[in-house]
Amino acid sequence: MNSPLTLPAICRSARAHVALAAIATIAAIVILPQAAPLYTLINVTLYLSMGVFALSLALLWGYGGILCFGQSAFFGLGAYAYAIAAINFGDTTLAAAMAMLVPAIFAAGLGYFLFYGRLNDVYLGVITLTVTLILFKLINSTGGDAWRIGTARLGGFNGIPNTPLLTLPFSRVPLTPAQMFSLAAIALFGVYTFSKGLLATRFGRAVIAVRENEMRAELLGYNARRLKLSIFVISAAIAGLAGLLFANSVFVSPTMFSLSMAAQVLIWVVVGGLGTLFGPVAACFALQMGTTALGKLGIVDPNIVLGVVLIVFVVFVPGGIQPALANLLARLSASRSPAGDGVAREVTR
Amino acid sequence: MDYFLVVLFQIVGTVGNLALISVGLAVIFGMMRVINLAHGEFIMLGGFAAIFSTQAGINIWIAMLVVAPLSVALLGVVVERLIMRRLYGRMVDTMLASWGLSLLLIGLATTFFGNRVVGIAAPVGSFRVGGYSLGAYDFVLTGVAAVVFAGGYLLLRMTRAGLIARATMQNREMASSLGIEPSRVYAVTFAIGAGLSGLAGGLLAPISGVLPTMGVAYVAKAFITVITGGASVVTGTALSAALLGSINTISTFLTTPVVGDVALLLAATIFLRLLPTGITGRIFKGAP
Repeated sequence: MNSPLTLPAICRSARAHVALAAIATIAAIVILPQAAPLYTLINVTLYLSMGVFALSLALLWGYGGILCFGQSAFFGLGAYAYAIAAINFGDTTLAAAMAMLVPAIFAAGLGYFLFYGRLNDVYLGVITLTVTLILFKLINSTGGDAWRIGTARLGGFNGIPNTPLLTLPFSRVPLTPAQMFSLAAIALFGVYTFSKGLLATRFGRAVIAVRENEMRAELLGYNARRLKLSIFVISAAIAGLAGLLFANSVFVSPTMFSLSMAAQVLIWVVVGGLGTLFGPVAACFALQMGTTALGKLGIVDPNIVLGVVLIVFVVFVPGGIQPALANLLARLSASRSPAGDGVAREVTR
Repeated sequence: MDYFLVVLFQIVGTVGNLALISVGLAVIFGMMRVINLAHGEFIMLGGFAAIFSTQAGINIWIAMLVVAPLSVALLGVVVERLIMRRLYGRMVDTMLASWGLSLLLIGLATTFFGNRVVGIAAPVGSFRVGGYSLGAYDFVLTGVAAVVFAGGYLLLRMTRAGLIARATMQNREMASSLGIEPSRVYAVTFAIGAGLSGLAGGLLAPISGVLPTMGVAYVAKAFITVITGGASVVTGTALSAALLGSINTISTFLTTPVVGDVALLLAATIFLRLLPTGITGRIFKGAP
């Protein structure tokens, strides 16, 4: 704390993180729509929505200690809720709220069975995965006119190609790609800041305490089941928001529920580092760009790359990239100045 | 009356099917407390092994019952050596690594075998009950499942190897201090589990066809069956397959196959709320 402007000090301060993220967001909003071609802009919007998705699991798994193999269920539900509501209401503002509300309600129901049944991590992962697979199957089987909610056809494996684009409240003009990009960037920044803030509150600390030692937290009087359920619902709402952004940059389709979607988000968190927020987002961007480039080249099946990345990280870099880099940084600055020794120890923990 | 018989046959067929696709997973889970997420891909590779060896001129029964399990068991040995061995004691990491393996195997199969369905004809025909025609192959599946479960029960109950396996399952440290090497037990278990998944894949190849991404379809049902069954490999899996298979078939008959699957999941979820450790966590405790 004596020298707040050294690199390790900045690395540790939550305020500095938020400030840096704000600068990056503003810079991106100002520069990118001018500089980048339309195709790149839409692609980056897609990556931003995935970044929000990555944050939802980073919060739930990294801080809540709840391994959800089916995070894509909430992602897909949010997108479908948005599309169906927007088609029926003819207005997108309320529909956008539905995109967060519906997954949250679904998560509350599912979470009740999971957490109040006191299922541990393996069972939890398996049930969430199974729910996702069933939803995927269910949505895929909704082809034809019989399957509709109000005036919205669910469309089976075709999805809903006529997903309405977001408009400003009380307006009928859809957002331009540049505006959509700005919205996605602000959403990512907002969710990041929200997560940082949430973790600093009493509630957030209690959630982390449950992750560290559930029994001890309960003996100290915290209601571990309710805390887990709450963070599960919050994470589902964030995933729904990600689904909303995704739906606006592509369109709504059953692949959002798919296993590869669920696997991808997990890989981002593993690669970025469990118990960090920035790492998963960075890993998400990097891996998205990597797999897109590979897909264009068409030499290697993207599944092979994702599989190898996951195995290699789990076996050889179990902490993920961000903690590994933070350690490296701390060690470098410690070797430069003997006074920095305490910092190094703190980061290594 | 005929209709009732048909439903009954269907239930038996579904139960056998469910038991068969779950048993490989159950063996690995029961022994190591690890969910092998590449289970579906082991089934897929068993299917490919059966089809390719049939096409190469090997008798279809040998291809399904011998070649498929052996080749996947061999893969299991390699996987255990290269990946799983490094991760024992890190349960969640093992699951993640096996999911990575699942993606890798899907990718490799798509690259080398192509993303299309290949199949072989079922070696037995159909028979009639009143006005209905039923596939006799379902009985082959159920029969093999019954043999596997009976064999597993006897193996665990009567032999020395079974005793060692049960000892390691119950208390790893104690078994280890009595001179049993857990890592060897685990390696053998993983190979047997993989082999049983391969057997399921080989037997399913004639009725479902084989596709690189087919594993996904089985993985969920197998998981649900195994965790509903609880800690006992043979008894638990058999009981939960019987329970969930019946629920699935009956609701499929009443509505559609998709609703049948949803009913299976719903029943399992509510069931786990009531009995969080599965059927054999409360009832039939200690059975192998």
